Amino acid sequence: MSSSNSLMDSLFQRSLEDLIKGLRLGESNFISRSLEEIRREIKATDLSTKSVALQKLSYLAALHGVDMTWAAFHAVEVVSSSRFAHKRIGYHAIAQSFNDQTPVLLLITNQIRKDLNSSNEYEVSLALECLARIGSEDLARDLTSEVFTLLGSSKGLVRKKAIGVVLRVFDKYPDAVKVCFKRLVENLESSDPQLLSAVVGVFCELTRKDPRSYLPLAPEFYKILVDSRNNWVLIKVLKIFSKLAFIEPRLGKKVADPICEHMRKQNVGKSLLFECIRTVFSSLSDQETALKLAVVKIKEFLVDDDPNLKYLGLHALTIVAGKHLWAVLENKEAVVKAMSDEDPNVKLEALHLLMAMVNEDNVTEISRILMNYALKSDPLFCNEIIGSVLVACSRNSYEIIVDFDWYLSLLGEMARVPYCQRGKEIEYQLIDIGTRVKDARMELVRVSRALVIDPALLGNHFLHPILSAAAWASGEYVEFSKAPYEIAEALLQPRTCLLPPSITAIYIHSALKVLVFSLGVYFSAQDPTSSTLAQESTSSGSSVVNGFTYSSISSLVNMIESGLTSLSGTIDVEVQERAKSVLGFIGMIKHEMAEKATSQDTETEARKAIAFMEDVFSEELGPVSSTAQEKVPLPEGLELNENLEGLQEICREVLEPIAESNSSSFYSSDKVSFSVAKLRIRDQEEASSSLPPPLESSSLLAEHRKRHGLYYLSSQKADDHNDGDGNDNNTSNEYPPANEISVDSFKPKKKISKPRPVVVKLDEGDEPKTKPDASSSSNGEPLSRAIQTALMGKGKEKESEKDNHEIHLDTENTEQSSRRENKKKKKEKKKKNGESSKNRSRRQRDEEASVTKPVEVPDLLL
Amino acid sequence: MGIRFILMVNKQGQTRLAQYYEWLTLEERRALEGEIVRKCLARNDQQCSFVEHRNYKIVYRRYASLFFMVGVDDDENELAILEFIHLLVETMDKHFGNVCELDIMFHLEKAHFMLEEMVMNGCIVETSKANILSPIQLMDKAH
Repeated sequence: MSSSNSLMDSLFQRSLEDLIKGLRLGESNFISRSLEEIRREIKATDLSTKSVALQKLSYLAALHGVDMTWAAFHAVEVVSSSRFAHKRIGYHAIAQSFNDQTPVLLLITNQIRKDLNSSNEYEVSLALECLARIGSEDLARDLTSEVFTLLGSSKGLVRKKAIGVVLRVFDKYPDAVKVCFKRLVENLESSDPQLLSAVVGVFCELTRKDPRSYLPLAPEFYKILVDSRNNWVLIKVLKIFSKLAFIEPRLGKKVADPICEHMRKQNVGKSLLFECIRTVFSSLSDQETALKLAVVKIKEFLVDDDPNLKYLGLHALTIVAGKHLWAVLENKEAVVKAMSDEDPNVKLEALHLLMAMVNEDNVTEISRILMNYALKSDPLFCNEIIGSVLVACSRNSYEIIVDFDWYLSLLGEMARVPYCQRGKEIEYQLIDIGTRVKDARMELVRVSRALVIDPALLGNHFLHPILSAAAWASGEYVEFSKAPYEIAEALLQPRTCLLPPSITAIYIHSALKVLVFSLGVYFSAQDPTSSTLAQESTSSGSSVVNGFTYSSISSLVNMIESGLTSLSGTIDVEVQERAKSVLGFIGMIKHEMAEKATSQDTETEARKAIAFMEDVFSEELGPVSSTAQEKVPLPEGLELNENLEGLQEICREVLEPIAESNSSSFYSSDKVSFSVAKLRIRDQEEASSSLPPPLESSSLLAEHRKRHGLYYLSSQKADDHNDGDGNDNNTSNEYPPANEISVDSFKPKKKISKPRPVVVKLDEGDEPKTKPDASSSSNGEPLSRAIQTALMGKGKEKESEKDNHEIHLDTENTEQSSRRENKKKKKEKKKKNGESSKNRSRRQRDEEASVTKPVEVPDLLL
Repeated sequence: MGIRFILMVNKQGQTRLAQYYEWLTLEERRALEGEIVRKCLARNDQQCSFVEHRNYKIVYRRYASLFFMVGVDDDENELAILEFIHLLVETMDKHFGNVCELDIMFHLEKAHFMLEEMVMNGCIVETSKANILSPIQLMDKAH
């Protein structure tokens, strides 16, 4: 039955062509029906039927996303066929669908070995291709010796594919290096351009992963760079040198000349020319002549009509912009022109370059042009522009910004760009400038007011972070505000329900600050005797003191109360708690105020409460250095490490930095501000009866500390910092302190940086950055270790080779014949495998010289 | 790795050939192809042939109704890849005589065969048209 079935199948089996024709008709369930057919056919014992089924399945898998992992074993069966056509189909299916996890992978080891040893070069090449695609550790290990044999094959087709497969074998089984590396290197001297192309390609990839291991091969690569006429080979060699010159600067000097020669050629291919330029820009930018020539050549790219060349020209310039800005400045016109290119990729590159050229003098102008441009651009590019402006302007603590009022209004403008999605960055900068730049606070409040007051902005969730910063600034620096009532009203407007709860909480808190400030001003104006005290505690800066009458202040209180009442029922606990706290405070104040209206005696009670609250907010928030923690003396008996270790495990990312910076700065700074508050109260208490400070206020204080703890400097630190600023301010008043802060940051002790846990993380993040360097220095990777040992093992021969290279490179006019002689000498020495005394002494010297370096630097470089 | 994958896609965005030199699951392949095709097909002739996508650089060129897209590492030479695409098209032209979408659809295995001769493990190993085509010609004779 089954045999007759399979006979029917093979007689009436659809070929791949039938399948494709069927697919083109586009019937709905054609694929699933074909798949059913294939599942039946592939079980056939007849290999022809099986292979056609497999071929169809591969087609469906490649182009129609059909799963074919279930057919793995059938593919193995098809490969074992003696017919080439079947083998091809089988190998193709295997290469396409197998990976390291395929269970039947090891079943093909023997088949591949058999085919690698086949006398038919096309079968060998099929097996090699398959190995290159699916080679696992086991396969690589088991087949290393076959690959080694094929590396020396006399058939070009086989040999170049064997070279290609080496990459995979080395990657999976580093020990193969011991066996194959020498043969691979020998192929570097091949005269066959195709072989050379293959082997250089392999070395290019190897070098990319671990350049240091291949430094000793520099002489071989150099020879190819000088002699080869094949663009593809030259490009690959240039890539190798750009990696090598990066870790061995002396190489740069050596290869600069041949690279310049290639660039000067009249009919040099664009791809090669571009590779030369890119190599010079990325690794040889210290070579003056080469750099100048490359800059001249890059101009040709920039003015070309071909968008590809224009793009690449700009792209190459971005590589060099960091080190040699003049190269970009020379091509300013081309860059500006490219900004209006119709290709977004070209525009993006141009934008990067433009921002690299921004400085103190032109930042205003360029930003203005760019913002106008952003308004006309598509959303994606618009945000790229905004992002680049933000990054460029905030570089090095706003190094290039002189006029902060201008910059703040620019930030406000950005928020109003319809497509703006950079809320997070703008939020950060608004707060950052607020804490860093005292002189800009007036403008910050003005900009924030305009943002908070606009109900339309609340609908755009991309802007919520900006609004949160604006709300914070309007509360924190309310003393600069012309109309606190307006701010409070804006903070509690009905549309704030569109905000996420975390930001609503900030809104409520800011409203509280506005309220406390207004009450303070009101009370101090009421009582001439205490006005000096109140003034002192409200703000140190010049404030626009508003007159509050009893009716205006009570309308403010009522407005805030009604605004918060609606929020106190919110489901979010944070919002609810804050609203309740403020409402509680308002309840108390209202009571006091009502009593005060009737009798004069209780007035001090209300004032006391307000004075206390003002104290809570009076301490200035500044940027906190990431090293601030170290300056806080550890109180005795406090086991910081033990407690935090447990915490670290629970929530490593979120809590760690906060907890660390809080745990002790809390302690000291709280103590100070409490004592100040108490002192002040005690003064007043002498006159009146003693009353404990309102509970709510102290809980609010703690809450505020908890929330904004990061912004608090420890008291000692704050003093230090203020002193420093004060001095600086005296010397030069025109410049806002932010610039000075950046000057400060050069001093090792006072590093001012961003007051966020993220930054603390960044400090930690710096450490792993250095780690790869250490590992790349040699003995981390098994592959690089293997290669280094291979090269060291070769060292003896290399020593003798080096001499020869020295000869023919130093006297570059040496003729071919003498080179051949050298080679002969080399071979003789290899045979002898011994060292002359001269070599030995040289080697000793080398070893002494490069104790730290794991790889010897060839003499070519010296 | 150099070249990571080669795609041939028609104007409608249907994949006609897909060759990967690194392992991706079927889902990853479909997603990647979809994203790339959307990006590249949205671009016009006046725009450059390079698109950055995820950690790849896509170098593409359009010949008649077919897009040839090659995904490469970031530091690969873009112009050389364009030359490679051109060589591939010329080779196919030589074999099929002015290659079109249908040729590739119905002779997919031949197209793969050519690619296998040209690219090994993401490295270009053969650039001579005659060498690339000789195994295929042998195969044709055998039939």
